[in-house]
Amino acid sequence: MKVLLGVGGSPDSLSALSRIVDRAAAVGDELTVAIVENPATDASRADLAARVKRELEKADVDATIRTISGDPGSRLVAIAESEGFDVIALGGGEQTPMGKISVGSIAEFVVLNSRVSVFLVR
Amino acid sequence: MSEERPYPDEPAGPFPSPPATFTDRSGREIELRCLDAASDPEAEAASLADMYERFDPADRAQGIPPTGRDRIERWLSTLFVAEAVNVLAWHDDVVAGHATLVPDGEGAVELAIFVHQDYQRAGIGWHLIQHLLGEGAERGVERVWLTVERWNDAAIGLYREVGFERTGADRFETEMTIRIA
Repeated sequence: MKVLLGVGGSPDSLSALSRIVDRAAAVGDELTVAIVENPATDASRADLAARVKRELEKADVDATIRTISGDPGSRLVAIAESEGFDVIALGGGEQTPMGKISVGSIAEFVVLNSRVSVFLVR
Repeated sequence: MSEERPYPDEPAGPFPSPPATFTDRSGREIELRCLDAASDPEAEAASLADMYERFDPADRAQGIPPTGRDRIERWLSTLFVAEAVNVLAWHDDVVAGHATLVPDGEGAVELAIFVHQDYQRAGIGWHLIQHLLGEGAERGVERVWLTVERWNDAAIGLYREVGFERTGADRFETEMTIRIA
């Protein structure tokens, strides 16, 4: 599958990264990792790109890394739809102290707007 | 979830605190008690896990309660921390409902409430949440927040009635806050 993974630096996006990279290693997905700006985190995008690169090397997965500017949700949807991706993968949400799942704003926008399938990684 | 949350300026309440007994709208005698006041907290915690094991998954809220005894017990253990408040509604020796305040590590607490399907629409949630807030206030809690799926009108109505206000941070879930001291 041609997979577009959005990573903004939140903990759920980082666990999605390892899961999707593992999956790509196992089944040979054609993976693009989009580094997006998540206003809810303070990770710099350069640090994030370096971290993604390390994960890919460790798993020996060949993937494209792209740094995306502008509104993360709408940019991910536009790229996935215009470039023939099969699926957008994203972190599936954080947990509140109570253990309630709280879906992030980027994921909510993508779920409601994408015509490409969406994979929320839990 | 850690962004600055607005709270109402004025405290709501005062709220009553447990223990308390009332008759629900189906004529059942319901008793409200704090879990940590129990003579046998482990047995009461097991009765609470029983309630969640029988809980209809259609009424799950954002992934809780989980399904399966193991997951339920693991989840409950995260609610049984030192500064948490847990109030149980008892009908004889069966748990009918549970309301909880869990510290968020940032000076406020998160609230959740569940009433078992056999006991819903009987006014138990209303008594339970008031006594939970009363107990919280007695233990020094000032700010309480919660999230609720934004299509859950029954729950949102209950929260508004006790004094919660929407913060405007609406996603799939609506966020609401209250000040109780």
